[in-house]
Amino acid sequence: MLKLEARPQPSKLWSLASPVLALLVTVLIGVVLFVALDKDPVSGLQMFFWEPIRSAYALGELTVKATPLLLIALGLAVCFRSNVWNIGAEGQYVLGAIAASGVALLADKTTGSWIVVPIILAGILGGMFWAGITAWLRDRFNANEILVSLMLVYVAVQVLSYMVSGPWKDPQGYNFPQTKTFDLVTRIPRLFDGSRVSIGVFLALIGVIGTWIFLFRTRAGFAQQVGGLAPAAARYAGFSSRRALWVALLVSGGMAGLAGALEVAGPIGQLTSYVPAGYGFAAIIVAFVGRLHPVGMVFSALLMSMFYIGGELAQSRLGLPKSLTGVFQGLLLFTLLACDTLVNYRLKWKK
Amino acid sequence: MESYALLIAATLNAGTVLALASLGLLINEKAGIVNLGAEGMMLCAAIAGFAAVVHTGSDVLGFAAGMGAGALLALIFGGLVIWLNTNQYATGLAVSLFGAGFSAFVGIGYVQEKIPARPSFAVPYLADIPLLGPALFRHHPLVYLTVVLALGLIWFLYRTRAGLVLRSVGESPESAHALGYPVRRIRLLAVVAGGALCGLAGAYLSIVYTPLWVEGMVAGKGWIALALTTFATWRPARVLLGAYLFGGVTMLQFHLQGIGVEVPSQFLTMLPYVSTIVVLALISRNPHWIRINMPTSIGKPFYPGS
Repeated sequence: MLKLEARPQPSKLWSLASPVLALLVTVLIGVVLFVALDKDPVSGLQMFFWEPIRSAYALGELTVKATPLLLIALGLAVCFRSNVWNIGAEGQYVLGAIAASGVALLADKTTGSWIVVPIILAGILGGMFWAGITAWLRDRFNANEILVSLMLVYVAVQVLSYMVSGPWKDPQGYNFPQTKTFDLVTRIPRLFDGSRVSIGVFLALIGVIGTWIFLFRTRAGFAQQVGGLAPAAARYAGFSSRRALWVALLVSGGMAGLAGALEVAGPIGQLTSYVPAGYGFAAIIVAFVGRLHPVGMVFSALLMSMFYIGGELAQSRLGLPKSLTGVFQGLLLFTLLACDTLVNYRLKWKK
Repeated sequence: MESYALLIAATLNAGTVLALASLGLLINEKAGIVNLGAEGMMLCAAIAGFAAVVHTGSDVLGFAAGMGAGALLALIFGGLVIWLNTNQYATGLAVSLFGAGFSAFVGIGYVQEKIPARPSFAVPYLADIPLLGPALFRHHPLVYLTVVLALGLIWFLYRTRAGLVLRSVGESPESAHALGYPVRRIRLLAVVAGGALCGLAGAYLSIVYTPLWVEGMVAGKGWIALALTTFATWRPARVLLGAYLFGGVTMLQFHLQGIGVEVPSQFLTMLPYVSTIVVLALISRNPHWIRINMPTSIGKPFYPGS
């Protein structure tokens, strides 16, 4: 019978190989799924892995979708490394989008392009505020952060729905739940003509470097992770677990809020009830597949972005439901968790 | 008065969904396993049950399909968590994320499907009592079975040897293992049983409660059910009570709208989620109280010989 034998040390090789193996298994299941649905598996895979990188424009769109995923995942990595289970990034993203929209709606013809800065800051603060509620309830009332942060997603979606169908509804919007289109001056500056890639991608890359330095080169980042790995050791060393909780949630809330701001003042250009697109949940997968490592998450964010674009293409060209994206995302996390067993264990054949 | 009778009836109906799922999760947690996948299992069960009823017209098959879907996902979850020692939180999340995507994917063809409302089961004689009859005695049989199930679970957990073994696996898997009990197999059984109950809850939702299929229709009820086990400090009777309480909160929004309360509907829709947060904070405020009631080894992996 196959037995698991604990490795003396986690395998570095398998830690990197496991996401690749997980992706291969997911693709394999995908092929089976396409065949079962009577679709050509080759053109199916093409939608996911070739179309998104085929042209400069496609690469741009890939980046546009990868940016919010990466930003949110960077914050989540800080959380998960601190053993703080914030799974409500979607809500923090929505609040960031709402706060940023509040500022963007103030702009008019006379506003200068400096307005982009307060828009972004409002987004960050909005996300931090929403995550701060979770931190406060955990800190003050010992309430489980998984459930609180998740419940707050549903609350955030209702707040959004209220804002876009109540006080901020576009009077000329034919009663659609949306604000007026933001003034052009509020738009996050774009990098090239003909592509939707904005300076958000630089902010994400700065985030990668910043997270890397924070996690691996600062005492605060170290304290944060010791608290996650060995709470007793952290207590002994005098690292405050309350501080770690607040830092983790405020950082990840701020990052998610930033992503929300970049999204409404960027590709979307208005606040609508369609802002929550599941990025906050997909970013959880991005974080795990990227090994909670800032550089790893660049790759996994691009991969998850491919899943999004592939799903949209599979819908328009192959007539498959768009929710195929969610199926593959879930499958990838499943297979990754299974493959990760090989990081800590060796497979042994024993009689 | 009529409207209050209907409110109570609706409360029992909504509470049944939460109670079934939460009792299932309670079985898991008594054995030391937290399954964050409740939402995903309920979604998959909701579409499985709904599709089964559309194709066969049989409620029993619908409920069976829902339970099967829940149990199957729970089996995958259990296999990963118990045999491969994966992180319980991450794996549960995977179930929820996968379940949301998969149910939306397979359910797309059923969005327009309709099934007739289920005839309610009138308890002989009692159903004819004015007010009390419509409030309490004209429900789907599963509403009453849920109460029986909760009573059965109390008896099982606290009055039988098997229940004692189940609890010991959640309290101290090392001791249970030393006594020769197959800890991992018991945990897997508990996980699958819990998944089947979450599945039944999901199927009840799509077959009886709504009855239709909408993407994401569980709308956080799986997560509320998870919170309920904590509210109830892991006692089955309190789980049942808490489920009806939250069923009532869910229904209150419609009632308030009905009597013309001038609050935007979004704030009423928020009620169950906000109440969950508030109650969770109030109950958890005393860590000592939580600690004595919580199964000691909850969330901790057990691997014999490690």
